[in-house]
Order: sequence, then C-alpha cells, then structure tokens
Amino acid sequence: MQWETVIGLEVHLQLATKSKIFSGSSITFGAEANTQASAVDLAMPGMLPVLNEQAVRMAVMFGLGIGANIGMRSVFDRKNYFYPDLPKGYQISQFADPIVGEGQFEIQLEDGSIRQIGITRAHLEEDAGKSLHEDFHGMSGIDLNRAGTPLLEIVSEPDIRSSEEAVAYLKAMHSLVTYLGISDGNMAEGSMRCDINISLRPVGQVEYGTRAEIKNVNSFRFVERAIRHEVERQADILEDGGKIVQETRLYDADRDETRPMRSKEVANDYRYFPEPDLLPIVIDEAYVAAIGKTLPELPTAKRNRFIKQYSLSAYDASVLAGSRALADYYETVVAACEDAKIAANWVQVELLGQLNKNEQAIGDSPVTANQLGGLIARILDNSISGKIAKQVFEAMWQGEGTADEIIAAKGLQQVSDTGALEAMVDEVIAANTAQVEQYQAADDAKRKKLLGFFVGQIMKASKGQANPQMINQLLAKKLA
Amino acid sequence: MAIEQDEIEKIAELARIRIADDQIGEVTQRITEILGMVDQLQAADTAGIEPMANPLDAIQRLRADEVTETNRRDAFQAIAPAVENGLYLVPKVIE
Repeated sequence: MQWETVIGLEVHLQLATKSKIFSGSSITFGAEANTQASAVDLAMPGMLPVLNEQAVRMAVMFGLGIGANIGMRSVFDRKNYFYPDLPKGYQISQFADPIVGEGQFEIQLEDGSIRQIGITRAHLEEDAGKSLHEDFHGMSGIDLNRAGTPLLEIVSEPDIRSSEEAVAYLKAMHSLVTYLGISDGNMAEGSMRCDINISLRPVGQVEYGTRAEIKNVNSFRFVERAIRHEVERQADILEDGGKIVQETRLYDADRDETRPMRSKEVANDYRYFPEPDLLPIVIDEAYVAAIGKTLPELPTAKRNRFIKQYSLSAYDASVLAGSRALADYYETVVAACEDAKIAANWVQVELLGQLNKNEQAIGDSPVTANQLGGLIARILDNSISGKIAKQVFEAMWQGEGTADEIIAAKGLQQVSDTGALEAMVDEVIAANTAQVEQYQAADDAKRKKLLGFFVGQIMKASKGQANPQMINQLLAKKLA
Repeated sequence: MAIEQDEIEKIAELARIRIADDQIGEVTQRITEILGMVDQLQAADTAGIEPMANPLDAIQRLRADEVTETNRRDAFQAIAPAVENGLYLVPKVIE
C-alpha cells in the first residue's frame, strides 16, 4: 500500500535572555554544576516566581515574525509530573491561553518550491534540570543550572509530509529565530530541540493514523534519520496488518533506531491547572506595536529582495539570506565590489567553503567582507584573473593582508602589457611547431581545442598572470 | 458525580500518595462528597463569563532581565542529604 507520512513538530527554543524565566539566576552555558541554581530554581519552600519581561518580549517578537495572533492576555499553568530534575513537581508552562496563537510559516524546499506550514501555537515555559545517570554509587546526579531556563515551545500543525520538509521547516525556523535575535540557535548546546510526532495513513485517507512521538532530537541530521527510521518501522507494522501503539520513543543516534521510552497513557496525565503563583499576563496594543517596530527584515523578505535587487537565483538567495550575519556580509561585499553576481559566487564557493572546512561561523571569518569585496574589485578591473584571485584569497585567509597588499608583495599583477604578452606568445609558438602545423590544417572545431593548448602553455609560462582575453586575441591573430 | 475506586488509585499514583488498602473506600467516599459540592458549582449559569485564572483582580508585574542571584551552592548543599561533585544525588532514575 502507498502510505502518506504526516508529521507535526514541537520545537523547544531556548530564549537568549540573561537570566531565567522566573528567577534572577544566570543561564550562561557550561557553568559548574548547580552554581546557577537559586532558591527559586531549587523549589525551596515559600519561593515565588517572577516573570522575566524579556522572555515575554521575545515570545511576542516570534509571534509577530510569523504573523500570528498575539495572546493579549495569557495564563501560566502547572504541568504536573514527578522527576528529580523538576524539584517543584510541576513545570510552569502555558496551556489554555498561550502567548502566541495560530500563525503561518513559509518554508522553501530544495527544488525551490514553497510550502505553508500552520503553527498551532507557541507558549512560554521553563526548562527542567539535567539528570546524570553515570554511576554515583547507584544514585543519579542532578544539576539544576538549566532548571528555569526560558523556553518557547513552538507547535506546528500536522502539515509536514516528509523528512525533507521537516528539515526545511527546522532550518527556516532556525533562520527566523536567529534573525530575530531571540535565540542563539545553538543546537549542540540544546538551544533548539525538537519533538517529532509521526503517523502514517493510506494515501487518500482523510483521518490521521495513530502517532508516535520521538522526543528530544537535537540536530537536523538526526531529525532526518529519526523520521526515516520511524516511517519504515510504522510501515512495516501496518503492512503486516498490525497496529501502531501511541507512545513516546527515543532516537538513539548510535544505533540509528527509535525505541519506546515510556507508556504515554499513564505518564501523560499532567493534570494542568492555572498556576496560582502567577497572575495573568496582560499586554496592550502599544507594547506589541513598539516591539513590531524593532523587528529586522526577516529571512523570507530578505530572500525575495535579494532575488529582485541582485538578480540572484532562488537557491543563491536562500543560501545568502540563510543567516543575518551571512546576509550582512554578502551585502557589504556587494557594496565594496559592485557586482552582486560575482560576489554571490565568491561568498558561497570560496568563503563558505573555507568556513565549512574549518568548521567556523561567518563571524569568525579571518577575511572581512570589505577585504573580499576589495579582492573581487581587482578581478573586475582585470588586475588579476579569477584563478590568481583564489591564490590571493588563500593568503588573505592566512592573514597576509588586503588583496592589494598581497598582489603587490607576491607580484601577482596580471600582465596586460601587449609587448610582454606578444613575446610570450611568440615564444610558445616557436617552441611548438608541430602543434602550429596541426592548428593551421584543422577545421574550426578542432582549432578551438588546439587554441586551448596554446593558452594553457602561456598561462603556465606566466604563472597564471597573463591576461587570458588578450592572450586569446593575440594567438588568434598570430596563428591565422 | 461519583468517582470510582480505581480512579482514586490512579490519581494517588500520579500524585505519589500512598493510600492504605483499607482506607481507599473511605477516601473514595469523601472525595465523592467533595465532588457533590463541585456539582453544585457546575450547575451555576456561567454563560458569557470568562474563566478566571486567578481570584485577584490584578495582572502580573514583570521583572527586568537581570542576573541578581549569586552562587550559593555551598549553603544549599549543606542541607542536602547527598551531594557529589556539586551534584545533588537522588535514588537512581532511568527511564
């Protein structure tokens, strides 16, 4: 049977505040265990939560970013369950009245097609602590530094139909939240984690099948693999006439499989009720409007502008608009060299190539945007060829100076002097009489090929510094 | 509204409350009586009334995003039953 995959995603986004959502503890990553856990975070008796304004502001920014309804009055609830890294015995979350309501989120697939994914809601909540199950004399160790870290949980509609779409959704979400500056989006440090709800149904059926939920997947690659594995598992069961059990599963990256975590029926009875320690959160139109004015140009708008303003392909535009830092870098390069197309190639091929090779972020690039623009300008004014430019770029990467400094220091200036070039051409013609005879006897198509041979010889002799257009002209004239 | 004994057992399990076998009957009876009062409240006409999240007629004040807490781990861990390497130790939990 043909099965259709139905996926809904819950993204847990760590907000880039300085302090926790309900206490004045720091949320700096990597601190020594429990040094950032205050009496509130430890749930000492009598402690009361006080909501962080910045967390509210960031949630509103996200809501505006996806054009969602903003909850002008939202309410916190208690989600009750017992686990040692949750010392209160409940997580403060939002249930019935979240701060962000329904919205739409546009994603672009690799082939350039656009899909709209519905956002059900996004709500504020606190993170739990961390349990370490290594051997502490048969006990578990608890670190509560993370407890109380502000999270925005973003819930999608079951509108996603493949692992490819899921990854595109997450990448676009990552792009949006880093544009907004509401999260560092660092997946390795858990700033963006994802729960995946998956079910299958026969193609053409309207009702959804029974779903399984895969918890806490923390990289794009694992999301893709976890979905692929889970789809196969469910299809095998259904093909054999079996039934899918609604359950929570864990993705084990080492074994590349999902396996059941706990039975959801009992564990999932969270008995939500309004958090009596917090009053309703009420914001007004003026507050939302003021936040709206602070929003930067967002990825989709920027991508469309790049296509229009710089005549880029949809693919190039979405790569370059993928992060705010990269987009800013690109636009600085364009301003410096005044050729958007060549700038796009250099940023994507040479710059991103080097950054990926060295596992560096755009902010760590040893070559500044102005330096790269300066290099491209030298290609455009025929001071150097594209090939030499790559050599100059390498030197810039090693911190040897600006393009002009390197060209001067290494004597890489392109030879465009007719006399000097003519001498080179004559020399090569004299040294290759056999090829000259072949050339003169050949037809047009073959001549083109042979011309390439001569150009190659001259470029070699000039160490790549001869002006290729002028060489071509001179050769054609002299060989005729 | 009546509540069944097995529901009481399930709620007790979720709340990690142990109720002795010979007390379950009585607890069920008492909670049923409480639910009788809830029934009375449920009967009130609430059409057009927004659900109340808090009895106080006030809204939440917000805190500026500043780190105000300092590291007081030693003081907190002095009263913990078991600690090691800065971690609080608890009976082993594995899911």
